[in-house]
Amino acid sequence: MRSPILLIIEREFITRVRKKTFLVITIIAPVLFAALMIVPGVLASLPADHKNIVVLDEPALLLPEVGNDQFALDYLNPKEFDLALAKDYLRDSDKDALLYIPAGEGWDPDFIKRNILLYGKEDIGMELQGFIENRIEDKINRQKLLKQGVDPEVVNQAKTQVNIKSFTLGEEDGQDETSATPLKMGLGYIAGMMIYFFIFFYSVQVMRGVIEEKTSRIVEVIISSVRPYQLMLGKILGIGLVGVVQFLIWIILSSLIYVVVSQFVYPEIFAQQVISGPNGADLSVLETTGIFDMVSSINFPLVLGGFVFYFFGGYFLYSALFAALGSAIDQEADSQQFMLPVTAPMIIAIITAMNVIQEPNGQLAFWMSMIPLTSPITMMIRLPFGIPLWEVALSGAILVASFFAVVGIASKIYRVGILMYGKKVTWKELYKWLKY
Amino acid sequence: MITAKEVTKHYGEKIALGGVNLNIPKGSIYGLLGPNGAGKTSFIRIMNQINAPDSGEILFDNRPLQIKDISSIGYLPEERGLYKKMKVGEQVLYLAKLKGLTTAQAKERARMWFDRLDMRSFWDKKVEDLSKGMAQKVQFVTTVLHEPELLIFDEPFTGFDPINTNLIKNEIKRLNSEGATVIFSTHRMESVEEICDHIGLINNGAVMVEGPLLEIRKRYKDGTYSFTTTVPFDFEKNTVVSQGESHTGYQTVLKLDDYPKNLMIDLVEKGQLIAFEEVLPTVSDIFIDIVQNGPKQHSL
Repeated sequence: MRSPILLIIEREFITRVRKKTFLVITIIAPVLFAALMIVPGVLASLPADHKNIVVLDEPALLLPEVGNDQFALDYLNPKEFDLALAKDYLRDSDKDALLYIPAGEGWDPDFIKRNILLYGKEDIGMELQGFIENRIEDKINRQKLLKQGVDPEVVNQAKTQVNIKSFTLGEEDGQDETSATPLKMGLGYIAGMMIYFFIFFYSVQVMRGVIEEKTSRIVEVIISSVRPYQLMLGKILGIGLVGVVQFLIWIILSSLIYVVVSQFVYPEIFAQQVISGPNGADLSVLETTGIFDMVSSINFPLVLGGFVFYFFGGYFLYSALFAALGSAIDQEADSQQFMLPVTAPMIIAIITAMNVIQEPNGQLAFWMSMIPLTSPITMMIRLPFGIPLWEVALSGAILVASFFAVVGIASKIYRVGILMYGKKVTWKELYKWLKY
Repeated sequence: MITAKEVTKHYGEKIALGGVNLNIPKGSIYGLLGPNGAGKTSFIRIMNQINAPDSGEILFDNRPLQIKDISSIGYLPEERGLYKKMKVGEQVLYLAKLKGLTTAQAKERARMWFDRLDMRSFWDKKVEDLSKGMAQKVQFVTTVLHEPELLIFDEPFTGFDPINTNLIKNEIKRLNSEGATVIFSTHRMESVEEICDHIGLINNGAVMVEGPLLEIRKRYKDGTYSFTTTVPFDFEKNTVVSQGESHTGYQTVLKLDDYPKNLMIDLVEKGQLIAFEEVLPTVSDIFIDIVQNGPKQHSL
């Protein structure tokens, strides 16, 4: 004879894993996730849309600029064309756009900049407009400087770009770590969001399961065989196990897709991406600091371990609350009034995520990572920044302790709630159940 | 089998059970009877250890009830159902294993019951595809599959069609004859009168009367007699309860203070009496009598 809690875990696990929706979510999520990683690279490598622009440059402001690979500039002779003729020309030609720069009276750059017009056969893209604005700003700046008797070369040389190398001071010399703030911010934010999403996703499934047992009236049969808390815990553990399996499949599948695509389908894009970053963004900041130093400055085992711990801690805590909630109502539609107060701490943790990222060791961050209802999210955001171990240990201990307290309270409500039908439950009522 | 001693249970201010004393003999078919809200379900849930009593105790086979006794009890609750999306066979095995059977045992017994109740075709169906009557059979099987010594049915025949009711009644009688103790809990007192041998009447959380059904009915007999005569007979008007034609003659029910010896001699001498019997009160008559007049002590 097996322990009843194992039987319950087994049933919860198997009935969920066998469902079609599980298969669909489990397969589709990694495909989406991999697409998220791959698509930007593929898009960036696509040949850009080439455009021919014809320019009627009355003040000879842009001349002799010819554009770049993407945008080619051709000039019309201002002596032969005015704006109306130039428009006709564009209509009849295979050019894509017409740029009109009027001379106005006495070469006044402020007049010119206000009266430049751009006509396109189709919508003018942001990129084209940006390119032209950029070039014209450059030229006008230059002209203005020359007018004041300043050599633009001097100004260029005076321009300075500062890249500070930042470190986190170690205990001794030589242990200083390269600080990798942007990377840590990104990692912390993503980890926090993922924890939020997963806790919510799986806890709601626990609630649904409880409501299903209640509305189908199977629950009294079950709890005449097992203790109500065993049923509740079995359900929580079974669904948690589904989560673990789903995670593992996601990680394995995502990496597989990533490896296959990056090694075999588009190897050249990924070779390029490592150097230039996604979207061809300028990673000079990262390069000067040393991206490998940065990556190695993050304690990945701690972050990964933390993720697993805080996922389970948070999931157990919230799923117990959701189980109690599910037991108190007859159908999911009634859950709204109780849902918000229960999920409010998680939502607050997400709202304050930006503040925590900006000041990972501030007061707000500290207290939010101690309060068990917010700590799974807030601590996950902070972990990549390197948190004193005692803080992590304390927050973990509080989380575990409150899990036991919450399960105790939740199972009391659960025990009464699952046998209560057709009653509109209030908070006051729930409080009374604690004493039954 | 079950002895309850001063069992109390409160829900907040509300008293569900105010000191219940009961004795359910081994091998009996026991009717736990009373109106809705009397405390029957509260008491049953305590026997099933779903709830704990506030005070008092329950003895199971003369020793305090223990967790392990769960596997000796089969319980069909009033609010009963099954997992809708699960297949019938899997579900029956799951519930049996929760009661402590091994997979092999559960399979063997489930096959046996499915054969007996003509349910073989259900096995691979989902519960949501079963008719109500089919689902009721499945529920019954899950209640008895682990061969419990004590079977508890809470309002068992509400929602059962007549064929299923009959089938299940016969199965329950058979299980009882094989040694199982059976408890029926219902507010429809007339529905169990024919199959119970013991009853307990419960009202407002207290047992009002308890014991062997026949003995209780005798105790509450109130001098009601039925006469069947060949021709209408002129009984004393104030003693007549009801009068009517029956298939053999004319039936008159009288309520009398004493045994009607002289009346009978008179009728017999006239050659008009076909049948005579004393009428025992029904359980619901007794219940109403007790609610109005209070319980009677043991009479002779």
